Amino acid sequence: MVPLLLGVSLLTFLLMRLAPGDYFTAMSQNPQITPETIARLRAQYHADAAWYVQWFFWIKSIVLHGDFGYSMAYKIPATSLIIGRLWNTFLLSFFALLIAWLVALPLGIWAAVRKDSWVDRGCSLVAFVGLSVPDVLLSLLALWFAASTGWFPVGGAQNPTAFLMSPWQQFLDRAYHLILPALVLAAADLAGIMRQMRSNLLDTLRAEYVTSARARGLAEGWVIYKHALRNAINPLLTIFGYSLAALLSGAFIVENIMAWPGLGRLTMEAFFAKDSYLVVDCVVMATALLIIGNFVADLLLAWSDPRIRMK
Amino acid sequence: METATPIPVADAKIPLSPWQLFWQRLKRRRIAMAGGIILIVLYTVALLAGFIAPYHYEHLDTKYSFHPPVWPRLQGLHLVVPRYVESTNVFSYHLVPNDTKPVHFFVHGDKYKLLGFIPASIHLFGSGDSDYPVYLFGADQFGRDVFSRLLYGSQISLSIGVIGILLSFVFGMIIGGISGYFSGVTDTVIMRFCELIMSVPALYLIISLRGTFPPGMSSAQVYAMIVIILSFIGWAGMARVIRGMTLSLREQQFVLAARAAGATPIRIITRHILPNTFSYVIVAATLSVPYYILGEVVLSFLGVGIQEPSASWGNMLTAAQNTEYLRNFPWLLAPGAAIFVTVLAFNFLGDGLRDAADTKSL
Repeated sequence: MVPLLLGVSLLTFLLMRLAPGDYFTAMSQNPQITPETIARLRAQYHADAAWYVQWFFWIKSIVLHGDFGYSMAYKIPATSLIIGRLWNTFLLSFFALLIAWLVALPLGIWAAVRKDSWVDRGCSLVAFVGLSVPDVLLSLLALWFAASTGWFPVGGAQNPTAFLMSPWQQFLDRAYHLILPALVLAAADLAGIMRQMRSNLLDTLRAEYVTSARARGLAEGWVIYKHALRNAINPLLTIFGYSLAALLSGAFIVENIMAWPGLGRLTMEAFFAKDSYLVVDCVVMATALLIIGNFVADLLLAWSDPRIRMK
Repeated sequence: METATPIPVADAKIPLSPWQLFWQRLKRRRIAMAGGIILIVLYTVALLAGFIAPYHYEHLDTKYSFHPPVWPRLQGLHLVVPRYVESTNVFSYHLVPNDTKPVHFFVHGDKYKLLGFIPASIHLFGSGDSDYPVYLFGADQFGRDVFSRLLYGSQISLSIGVIGILLSFVFGMIIGGISGYFSGVTDTVIMRFCELIMSVPALYLIISLRGTFPPGMSSAQVYAMIVIILSFIGWAGMARVIRGMTLSLREQQFVLAARAAGATPIRIITRHILPNTFSYVIVAATLSVPYYILGEVVLSFLGVGIQEPSASWGNMLTAAQNTEYLRNFPWLLAPGAAIFVTVLAFNFLGDGLRDAADTKSL
């Protein structure tokens, strides 16, 4: 995990260095800033050093001081900026995942149990459409919905006057702003999980131990939920790990369109401002989020499947 | 083997080739065929965009900003378009009663280049009168025809998917083949690099890659840049799968035979091993095209891809990000619908191809 993050940060540093111009080039256009100031800042941030030297200084300050560098555009330490945005992206992704799984699993089970009924057909049609609606379109439709009905806020993570509210009101305000982006992100994920759940459960229902459980006269509900479902869930937990990458990319789009102040939006802002340290920080943080998510998926799999615990 | 036995009877059944069997199985899946037909139509329309579109993508008429969609209707024996005039409110139009103009076919209009090189000015349809615009999907903020721009945009958005897939899959197959065939240090190095690329959420990597290109590039350069960026991200996943398949294929007897016959490793990889992965690759490619199309859409949408005045489905959607526009002029979402139809068609076809390639399922 750590070597992977080191590798990703090194790659991003190289890419940032390949980019023409940096924040200081834009700064030197400003007549109010003297060339001496720029030269001093360039020296302070090792702007003229080779990219791997810059990378080395960056790593050193993280390891020694937990300092992720300085955001040139925001004029504050990148650490404080990133932590708030990371939390927002985490909230958005977490609730999207929660919604997607809570809706997709029962629907998938329902479709599998009533195979070839209208429920099943309806679900698979919705899943196919859901798989094909791009996040961009879905976010725009949600924005349209919010703007024309006025039921939901159009962008943002909280009311501008939130700091005047009581903690409970602040919490409600956050939740109110979170609903629509989380639903959009969940919808993109939902279809795949539902299809997978359905086909897994259908596979396990064909297994012989299910037939024998039925032959012993167990109730159908017991057969499905106690015997078949447990085994059908395992492959899904593997999918969970894979789907995180798509989820984070989806969050990137949703954040940028629905103005949710998360990591993806910060990346774009930093990109346009040529705030290279901030871009690197964002990419590394997003990767860390993905790697931690995969780790959690592995833990869940070990918890659910005793065969993996044995290894 | 049936081919070894002499077949004297003329109407004896000749065994079908694997591709013919594949085609037979595919034909039976109606949804997949529907997806395929939709794609053929979409790509044909994209190829002939200049002819089918009533206007050029740069054609603008600022007095028609946000003109509502106009649909020709039948009046007697003629198709006619009604006329709209701007009301006192800005961007609000009302119909002029009993004022119509017939729509003609094969009319002269804006100059364009058919198939990119044949200069022409004949359009499939149009009113031939700038006071009676034929805006099937309405107009955008500069008074440009959304339908025409949609067609021109499809040239970029649809071709980027296919070119990107070709580039990254060829690259991924060769790298994966080399990695699996030689194994050892080569394999470890290549696979660690693949993992590195795959461990970054795609869009974050795309944006950092985008930063390495200078601003102010021409349209053709931006197009090439997007293809390169998307292929750079896409090859890793392909290489990993092909490596896995190569690992098992290289132990097969035909590879041993080729090696005994003195074939070079490159020849063995490209002529003996990779062809065995084709059925997987074709299915995977069809199912991955949407990701490339969406990659272009997102880049252009965020303003770092195809730039105005060139049209792409992504940069057309940028206008729809303004909620005020979106609420009053919902036809700005038309490119979104086009993306949806394209992705759906690719998914239909890809699903059918996968089922048809899976011989065990029948």
